[in-house]
Amino acid sequence: MGQEILDIFLAFLKAFAVGGGICLIAQIIINFTDLTAGKILVYFMLAGVVLTAIGVYQPLVDFAGAGATVPISGFGYLLANGAMKGAERGFFYAVTGSLAAASAGVTAAVVFAFLMALIFKSRTKRN
Amino acid sequence: MTGKTGENYNNNYLNYVKTQDPPTRHFKNCAAAFGVGGLICCIGQFIRLMLEYAGLTGDELAGTTSVILIFLGCFLTGLGVYDRIGRYAGAGSIVPITGFANSVTSPAIEFKTEGWIYGMAAKMFTVAGAIIVFGVFSGVLVGLVYYFI
Repeated sequence: MGQEILDIFLAFLKAFAVGGGICLIAQIIINFTDLTAGKILVYFMLAGVVLTAIGVYQPLVDFAGAGATVPISGFGYLLANGAMKGAERGFFYAVTGSLAAASAGVTAAVVFAFLMALIFKSRTKRN
Repeated sequence: MTGKTGENYNNNYLNYVKTQDPPTRHFKNCAAAFGVGGLICCIGQFIRLMLEYAGLTGDELAGTTSVILIFLGCFLTGLGVYDRIGRYAGAGSIVPITGFANSVTSPAIEFKTEGWIYGMAAKMFTVAGAIIVFGVFSGVLVGLVYYFI
């Protein structure tokens, strides 16, 4: 029992360190280059795709769990992983595999954003 | 420095702006990004753990975790809480998947006034569209490379 609690604690610690570390890298890049949020998101997603394709990201996911899958690079991981798994099944699945793997995230974002737009009004940003 | 050419005016103005800018607080910035980003990942880890106890595995587990996180991101954006977190945390709130949700929901709500089709629906993808375009394209490339190798 004690071991199990320690394992869970360690998993949280690893998720915190790796997830925070990825955000820290992004913050350092923003501090020194003035990149906007949209560009940071695209670059980190592409980095996730590339790192997954060359086999670096999978060990990180195994190590840090949500710490590696929750940042946007995890979205890239999902895309590349889907494509790589699809490539084993045939040409059709190699092409469609990436978006199929990301379908849950994209669907959720669109549906929930639509619902929120129905419910909430735009508010003036208080700075 | 004080020449009358347009270029010098530009440089003088930019230098002036630089002196008036508040200095970037690198350490405070980075600590906030690390802390908030790590915390959001821990929330993800917690959701993952709960779903694992509920009996989900594999792709279903990972997918449901991100759906719940995206819901939280959308909901907090609707309430106006997420923008307040974002002002403090910078990249710590942009990079996690909740930041992706924020980038979809925020324009959807803001441009509702310009109509449902050209406002809400079209503007929803100002940032997310770029992510999906480059994501799908690079994903297809990876798939093709792995298929032909």
